Amino acid sequence: MTCREVIGFLGRYLDDELSATVRRRFEGHLEVCPDCVSYLHSYRLTIALGRAACVEEDVPEEVPEDLVRAILAAR
Amino acid sequence: MPSVDSIAESALLAALRRGDERAFEGLVREQSSRLLAVARRYVAEEDARDAVQETFLSLARNLERFEERSQLGTWLHRVVVNACLMKLRKASTRHEESIEPLLPEFLEDGHRRRPGAAWPESAEIVLQGAEVRAEVRRAIARLPVGHRTVLLLRDIEERSGAEVAARLGISPGAVKVRLHRARQALRELLDPRILGRLRS
Repeated sequence: MTCREVIGFLGRYLDDELSATVRRRFEGHLEVCPDCVSYLHSYRLTIALGRAACVEEDVPEEVPEDLVRAILAAR
Repeated sequence: MPSVDSIAESALLAALRRGDERAFEGLVREQSSRLLAVARRYVAEEDARDAVQETFLSLARNLERFEERSQLGTWLHRVVVNACLMKLRKASTRHEESIEPLLPEFLEDGHRRRPGAAWPESAEIVLQGAEVRAEVRRAIARLPVGHRTVLLLRDIEERSGAEVAARLGISPGAVKVRLHRARQALRELLDPRILGRLRS
């Protein structure tokens, strides 16, 4: 299995959707390829970063007055 | 034993159902900034404002049917996201830029062309300031809209693949492909920023 194939399978690997055969080949590649181990880690971290950045979004305190007025007027 | 929050929310809903205008205005003022921030992840400014407006009007129309099983804030969040998705579906005939330039490149032997350096151990190390979180959100905003929407719905909203497929009118397989490509592209966009920040 090449690095390209491993990276292509990442999503399904994390969702535990690989067949036993493909999973063995996938994990066998990780045992000998530090670059793919690093990529897998960065892929997982990317997911965590995206989630944390949106969940912990710093919403401005100021109220959008024009939008509030439009909403109240439309009611 | 109901919580203080649930008692307060029940009282608010009762006031809204009585047609209490001050209660409605208070809710709009309290929630509009947050909902606008959510909508801006999906659509441009004008559509985001429309989506927020539609959300509050939907609440006003559906107050009698609102079931108090779910929290009002959660309901508003879900409705504003759905309003944005409706706008995206209406605009889906627009040409979308390709995600290919944002994906990792490979050599003929299957190795990555630019392996790069190792990333930090955890997200906490990276997300130590508002500016870093803003950078991550700016990177998400750079993704092509179809891929960005799937990433937001799956990874941020944590909706199921089946629901995302149904909402977007695409196959579950297409959702998986777009999600994986969106994550890869986001990783490529974050790579220089993450590593640059570590060296500074």
